[in-house]
Amino acid sequence: MKAFTRLKAGLAKTRNVLGQGLQLLRSSSAENRQELLDELEELLIQADVGIQTAGIIRDDVSAYFAVHPGATWDDVLGIVRASMVRMLSAVPPAEAAILPPIPPEVVLVIGVNGGGKTTTIGKLAYRHVQAGRRVLLGAADTFRAAAVEQLAIWADRVGADLLAQKSGADPASVAFDAVAAGRSRGNDVVILDTAGRLHTKVNLMQELLKIQRVVGKAHEGAPHEVLLVVDATMGQNAIAQARQFHQSLGITGIVVSKLDGTAKGGVVLPLARELGLPVRWLGVGEGLDDLEPFEAGAFVDALLSAD
Amino acid sequence: MFSSLAAKLDGILKKLQGHGKLDERTVDEALRELRLALLEADVNYRVVKDFVASIRPKALSEQVLASITPGHQVAWIVHQEMVRLLGGESAPIHWSGIDPMVIMLAGLQGSGKTTTAAKLALLLKRQQRRVLLVAADVYRPAAVAQLRTLSSQIGVDCDGGEGDPVAICSAAAVRARREVYDAVVLDTAGRLHIDSEMMEELARIVAAVSPKERLLVADGMTGQDAVKTAQEFHATLSLTGIILTKLDGDARGGAALSVRAVTGAPIKFVGVGEKLQDLEPFHPSRIASRILGMGDVLSLVEKARAQADEEKATEMQRRLRRGELGLSDFLDQLRQVKKMGSLEQLVSMIPGASKLGLADAQVDEGGLARMEAIILSMTKEERARPVLINGSRRKRIARGSGTTVQEVNRLLREFEAMQKMMKRVGGAKLGHRFPFGRLQ
Ligand SMILES: Nc1nc2c(ncn2[C@@H]2O[C@H](COP(=O)(O)OP(=O)(O)OP(=O)(O)O)[C@@H](O)[C@H]2O)c(=O)[nH]1
Ligand SMILES: Nc1nc2c(ncn2[C@@H]2O[C@H](COP(=O)(O)OP(=O)(O)OP(=O)(O)O)[C@@H](O)[C@H]2O)c(=O)[nH]1
Ligand SMILES: [Mg+2]
Ligand SMILES: [Mg+2]
Repeated sequence: MKAFTRLKAGLAKTRNVLGQGLQLLRSSSAENRQELLDELEELLIQADVGIQTAGIIRDDVSAYFAVHPGATWDDVLGIVRASMVRMLSAVPPAEAAILPPIPPEVVLVIGVNGGGKTTTIGKLAYRHVQAGRRVLLGAADTFRAAAVEQLAIWADRVGADLLAQKSGADPASVAFDAVAAGRSRGNDVVILDTAGRLHTKVNLMQELLKIQRVVGKAHEGAPHEVLLVVDATMGQNAIAQARQFHQSLGITGIVVSKLDGTAKGGVVLPLARELGLPVRWLGVGEGLDDLEPFEAGAFVDALLSAD
Repeated sequence: MFSSLAAKLDGILKKLQGHGKLDERTVDEALRELRLALLEADVNYRVVKDFVASIRPKALSEQVLASITPGHQVAWIVHQEMVRLLGGESAPIHWSGIDPMVIMLAGLQGSGKTTTAAKLALLLKRQQRRVLLVAADVYRPAAVAQLRTLSSQIGVDCDGGEGDPVAICSAAAVRARREVYDAVVLDTAGRLHIDSEMMEELARIVAAVSPKERLLVADGMTGQDAVKTAQEFHATLSLTGIILTKLDGDARGGAALSVRAVTGAPIKFVGVGEKLQDLEPFHPSRIASRILGMGDVLSLVEKARAQADEEKATEMQRRLRRGELGLSDFLDQLRQVKKMGSLEQLVSMIPGASKLGLADAQVDEGGLARMEAIILSMTKEERARPVLINGSRRKRIARGSGTTVQEVNRLLREFEAMQKMMKRVGGAKLGHRFPFGRLQ
C-alpha cells in the first residue's frame, strides 16, 4: 500500500483534476512537446474522457503544434476547448425540442439505478411550471420502495399534478393512464418517471419498450422526448449504458446529473462523439432550480476550470 | 462491452506466446496493454500507474517456467498482485464487545446506501441477530418511507426518521442497548464529499455513537472520481470498510482497485442486484478477474455448485477430459445458464466469454432462441459429433431451423472455441469439481 501515499497527497482537496492539472502544466517548464502532450492526455483520461477521445484531443493539439511551432499555452488550451466543443456541438441546444401539435408533450425519463431520474423530473417540472405550463408527473417506477412517495413529494413541491397507482402496479399501465389523464385534464407536459435499471437486464429493457409502445397508443407521437439520465461520476460504463438504452428505445437527449460534485462528466464527450446524442440538461444539485440547460461552451469551461 | 478488456488481454497472451522468456521488451509491451485495459476498466489513472510500475520488476525477475507460456505467467503475476492489493480474503463484519454493534453506512447520493442497509440487515437477521435499522436521512424526499418499506419487507425493526440525524442515531443506540438488539444499521443521507457541512454531520454521528463499522457505500460503475470521494470519506470517518454496489451489470468495477488503493480499507461486500438478498461477500480474486476480464471461474464454480448434482458433475468432467462434449451439452448449458438467474452476471464469469461472442449472444434472448433452433435441427449423431456437419448438412440445418448457413457456421465455430476453452478450464486447478457441472 505504500506506493500510494504519493497519490493520496496529490489528491488532497483537488476539486477538478483536469483544470488544476492544466494550471500546473502551464507553470511547469515542459520544454518537450511530446512530454506536454503525454501529460495532457493523462489529465484528460483522469477526467473520464476515455483513452480514445483523449487521443483525439491530443492529436488536435499535436496537429496545431506542427503548423504553429511557436504556440503558446493559451493556444493549447484554446485547441483543447475547441476540440471538446466540437464533439458536443453536433447537438441542438436545449430548447430546440419540437413541441407536438396537440399537447401534452410526453417526456420519458430513463437510466440506471440511482442516477438522478426522479430528482431531475422534479427540477424539470419546476422549470415548466415556472414557465406557466401545466405539468403532470406519472409514477411509472412502481418497483423501488417509496419511489411513488418520492415523486409525489416533488409533484407537491413544484405544483405539478401526479398520477400514480399502487406500488407493484404494471408500469406501462401507469404510463398509459398518466398520458391519458394529461390529455383529458389539459396538461401541457407529462413527465414519466421510470424505475432505475441496468442496461444489461433484458427483461427490464423490454419493460421500457412496452411503456414506450403503450404511451404511443395513448397519444400521437408520444413519447416526444426520451431523456437518459447519466450520473457525472460514472466512468466508461456510461457509454455502454447510453449505447444500450439508445439501441433499445432511441434516446432523444441526455441529462448529466450531479455535476456539483468533483466529477465533471468527462464521459459525456465520448458519449456525444460516438453516439451523436444531444445533451439537454445539466443537474447541479438537489434543489428545485438546480437544473441548467446544456450549453457546450459552458460545459467545457466547467470541465477545464481550475476551481 | 465485455469484449474490450478480455480481448486485449488475450491479445497480450498471444503476442507473448511466441517468446521463450520474459525479456524486457515483451514485458513492457504487455504492461502497456495492461495499462490501457485497466484505464478502460475505470481504475484511477494514478493507481494504474503505480500498479503497473509495481508489476514490472516482479514480471522481470520471475523465473521462466517451462510448463506455461510467458503470457500466462505475466497474466498470473498481474492477477496475483491485484488480489494482493485488493486485500486478503473477504473480511466480514467484526463483532466485538457486548454492546450492540453499530454499523454506519455513508456515501454519495444514489450510491445504494438505503438498499444496502436493508440488505445488510437481512444478512444479519439470517445469522440470527436482532437488528435495528435507523433512518438518519431526513433530507431526501421519501428516504424514510423507503427504509421503512424495506424494513417491513424483511421483518426488521426500524427507528428514526424525524429530527436531527445525530439525535436520531444517539436515540437509536440507546434504544438498541435497552432492548438488547445485536446490531444497529444507520442509513445516512447521500452527500457530496466536498460538502463540508454535511461531512461534519457524519463526524458528529461518529462522535455520538462510535460505530464499530464505518462503511462507504460506493457505486461500482464510478469512474476516475472514485479516489477523491473515497479519500474524503476516509478522512472524515476513518473507514473500516467499503461496499461496492451495482456490480450486476457489465461495469468492470475498476473503482474497487482505486478505492482500496487510496483508503487501504477492505472491501467487505458487493451489491449484485436490487433485491434484498443481492449482497455478496467480497472476493478479491473474483473482482481482479473481472477487472482484468479473465472470467470469474471461482464464482461460477460456486454458483454452479449450489445446485450441483455431484454425480452428473463427475460424469461431465470425465467426458470433458475425454473431449466427448457434444452440441447437446452446449445447448443444455445455454439453457441452464439462462435459468440460473442473472444472465449477465454469469456471462461475465465465463472465462473468455467475450472472445466467444457469448457476451452478446447471451443477453440477446432472440439469438439464444435461434441457437436453440439450430441445435434442435441437427440429428442426434450430428450433435454428438459436429465434425460430421458438412456443407450440405449445414444447409439442411439452416433450412430446418429457419436460420442462415452463416448462423450455423457461427454457432459451430463458437462451439469449437467453447470446447477448447472448457478443456483448458477443466485442466486448471479447480480441485475435483467441474465448474459447469450443474449446468449440464
Ligand atoms: N448533488 C446532487 N445530487 C443529486 C443530483 N440529482 C440527483 N441527486 C441525488 O441523487 C440521489 C438519487 O436521485 P434520484 O432522483 O432518486 O435517482 P433515481 O435515478 O430516480 O433513482 P432510482 O429511481 O432509485 O433509480 C438523491 O439523493 C438525489 O437527491 C444532482 O444534480 N446533484
Ligand atoms: N442493480 C442494482 N441496483 C442497486 C444496487 N444497490 C442499490 N441499487 C439501486 O440503486 C438505486 C439507489 O439506491 P438507494 O439505496 O436508494 O441509494 P442511496 O445511496 O440510499 O440514495 P440516497 O439516499 O438518495 O443518497 C435504487 O434504485 C436501488 O434499487 C445493486 O447492487 N444493484
Ligand atoms: Mg427514481
Ligand atoms: Mg438513501
